[in-house]
Amino acid sequence: MSDSTAVGHVPEAHHTTTGISHNKMLMWAFLASDCMFFGSLIWVYMVYRGRSLEGPYTQEILNIPYTSVSAAVLLLSSLAMVLALHGIQHGDMRRFRVWLGATAALGALFLGGQYFEFTEFYHHGLTLEQNLFGTTFFVLTGFHGTHVGIGIIWLVTLILMSLFGRLTPANAERVEVAGLYWHFVDIVWIVIFTLVYLIPY
Amino acid sequence: MVESALKLERARYERSALVEWLTTVDHKKIGILYFWTSLAFLLIGGLLALLIRTQLIVPDNTFLGPQAYNEVFTMHGTIMIFLVVMPLNAAFFNFFVPLMIGARDVAFPRLNAFSYWAFLFGSLLLLSSFLFGAAPDGGWFGYANLTSSRLYSPGLNIDFWVMGLQVLGVATLASALNFFVTIVNMRAPGMSLMRMPVFVWMTLVTAVLILLAFPSLTVGLVMIMFDRYFGTNFFNPAAGGDPVIWQHLFWIFGHPEVYILILPPMGMISEILPTFSRKPLFGYTFVVFAGIVIAFLSFGVWAHHMFAVGLGPVPNAVFATTTMLIAIPTGVKIFNWLGTLWGGAIEMKTALLFAASFIAMFTIGGISGVMHASVPIDYWQTDSYFVVAHFHYVLFGGSLLAIFAAIYYWFPKMFGRMLDERLGKLHFWLTLIGFNLTFFPMHFLGVDGMPRRIYMYSAGMGWDLWNLVASIGAYLLGASTLLLFVNMLKTLRKPADAPADPWDGRTLEWSIPSPPPAHNFDVVPVVRGRDAFWIEKYGAEEVIGPAPERHGAEAGHNPQNPHNPGPGEGAGHDQAASHGAEHHGDSRIHLPPPSWFPLTTGAGLTLMGIGMVMHASDTLGSLGFPVVGLGIAMVVVSLLGWTFEPIHEEGHA
Repeated sequence: MSDSTAVGHVPEAHHTTTGISHNKMLMWAFLASDCMFFGSLIWVYMVYRGRSLEGPYTQEILNIPYTSVSAAVLLLSSLAMVLALHGIQHGDMRRFRVWLGATAALGALFLGGQYFEFTEFYHHGLTLEQNLFGTTFFVLTGFHGTHVGIGIIWLVTLILMSLFGRLTPANAERVEVAGLYWHFVDIVWIVIFTLVYLIPY
Repeated sequence: MVESALKLERARYERSALVEWLTTVDHKKIGILYFWTSLAFLLIGGLLALLIRTQLIVPDNTFLGPQAYNEVFTMHGTIMIFLVVMPLNAAFFNFFVPLMIGARDVAFPRLNAFSYWAFLFGSLLLLSSFLFGAAPDGGWFGYANLTSSRLYSPGLNIDFWVMGLQVLGVATLASALNFFVTIVNMRAPGMSLMRMPVFVWMTLVTAVLILLAFPSLTVGLVMIMFDRYFGTNFFNPAAGGDPVIWQHLFWIFGHPEVYILILPPMGMISEILPTFSRKPLFGYTFVVFAGIVIAFLSFGVWAHHMFAVGLGPVPNAVFATTTMLIAIPTGVKIFNWLGTLWGGAIEMKTALLFAASFIAMFTIGGISGVMHASVPIDYWQTDSYFVVAHFHYVLFGGSLLAIFAAIYYWFPKMFGRMLDERLGKLHFWLTLIGFNLTFFPMHFLGVDGMPRRIYMYSAGMGWDLWNLVASIGAYLLGASTLLLFVNMLKTLRKPADAPADPWDGRTLEWSIPSPPPAHNFDVVPVVRGRDAFWIEKYGAEEVIGPAPERHGAEAGHNPQNPHNPGPGEGAGHDQAASHGAEHHGDSRIHLPPPSWFPLTTGAGLTLMGIGMVMHASDTLGSLGFPVVGLGIAMVVVSLLGWTFEPIHEEGHA
């Protein structure tokens, strides 16, 4: 249990039994829980898949090329997140802020795309009440979007903290923990995108 | 920085007692808050139980009408599960887990305070439904589409239930995250996983269960909320929705929940029996792994709550098998407890009596549980009073008796006073008699075909006698529970003179004064084996493991004295001990400063729930969403304040 070799050198970790900091451990545990959250939502989506009694039906309304682009935008944001973390870990705060800003901006672009998609579907008559597809689609992707939104607020807070000198390379781990969350939300989107959009109906 | 720290310290002492409790982040104070709050709810839940038994005492009784009866049994179940047993467990997690692993606090003290406040406010939101004459009436299981459609449940009743439970769910999740990290990450040097007290182990397993099981309830509640508020079709058969989906979501949560309620009490028993038998726990490793196996299996048995739904013979057979499998690790535990008592120098204290009666009563409940696992028998017993008898034997005869044992065992540590043993024994015998008088006849009623949840039955069904007996038993049980409160209040008026180690205990919480000082340990203990404190007292050479490895950095500070660990060991890196500049004496112990933000975050979260309930009302509907917005704003502002609150962080740089 007590791996004492490297522990002393990690600034935020040297008080813990495992050598992993509390914050990081908390995030991993939360993500395990969040897996079950999205797992339940996705399970319900899959059970009701193709069981709408009236239109608009899934295959008439989904715009796969459009959503592929917005999925690519979200995946790119993960790359930006990695570069931001690399920046702060190497003490380059300017690079950190630029790339974390880019991460948040790409996330916001994805959310904007989702907003446009939702309104488009709405104009085609797909609402929460219309049918099972509308019900399950909006709630599932809406909760994912909410996760992205919370992530954006988090990233912006980190940028602000670094501007006020409250986030320094010494606590780069805070960025790493935010990154864990951000990558998780991206991975969930890969699953949702595959199951909702890509698998033929 | 030193000056500001001093100012902070001074401000701390000038706070009034009320403010101190409202802003505390001390795990012991939070534990005490959980303790009294959930005991108060126990009185409410118990009163509701007495209303049920009064209605059923004679046939054709008109004491409660059908609507009131539905509300009473729904709230009885919801309160006892979410507002009594879970938070009473949490009271002991809070107070004792850090002490038992040799830590100065939990990993996230402010998150811990938030859990309590969200629990309190969420509970009050749920209970406030009584004031509006709209208490939840859909059963604690809230089956859709009775609950999801405003057509079938038009009032605010279910709205209170859905919103209250969501707030409570957030509180529970936060608490589980906290205790998971605390136990994995904050053990004193030498406290390896297999040296942890079983109560700590069961807390860890319970935290994992909560993390993995609660999301499914949350998703189900969100869907009911969307169906009720936004016209979605999750459980609407007219649009192709399937109410059975709710049952799956609910019981995937609901069965692990049963173990969330019983595993911590099993941990308490595993501490109390060895102490009063003056023997180590028999088969420690088996007890720990049995707990883990139970938790693992609990995710594969949910459909035994749904045998009568019509899933088909194959699913029913599979779930019957997995359900029977759970009896194996449970049986292992029972034999281990008996093995612990066997040949021990048993001291007949109240705590031991309750703990021993737990074994017997829980075994009865376990046996009737195995009966239900058989599908044909379950077809006969389902929705009958036999099921009511079963789960009261595991939840009252199990969880609550063990919690009573824990109260008698740990009260001296929490409050520095010994509970009266004479009153305690009277409480025990009346409880045991009252409990069996109330619930054993329900087996007969169930076998005779009396259904659950009916508010009235006709004379001549052959149910009169046993209902009368059960009701008399319930009054006895109510009176005996009052004795516990009398005992506690009486004891609290006595001077605090309990010794540090009144029971000749085995675990670390007995090595420090009763009640413990704010910083828990003057010197963080070094753990040399299981039953760490017993070893320090009696030096049982054969069980002592190798001397614990010091963490690299600290070993350098105190090479000559392994009992005087370096700075900050075991204290939350998050809050305390980060200013590790001075290395001598108590001056290095920095406790986390108090904070208002946990309370305001919890209040904001609850305000969101209140707004949602208001939105559904006739009179305040237009105010609903503005109040939700206010709640969100309050949460966001509180979290920002939380993030920017001056604590320790700079100390790391």
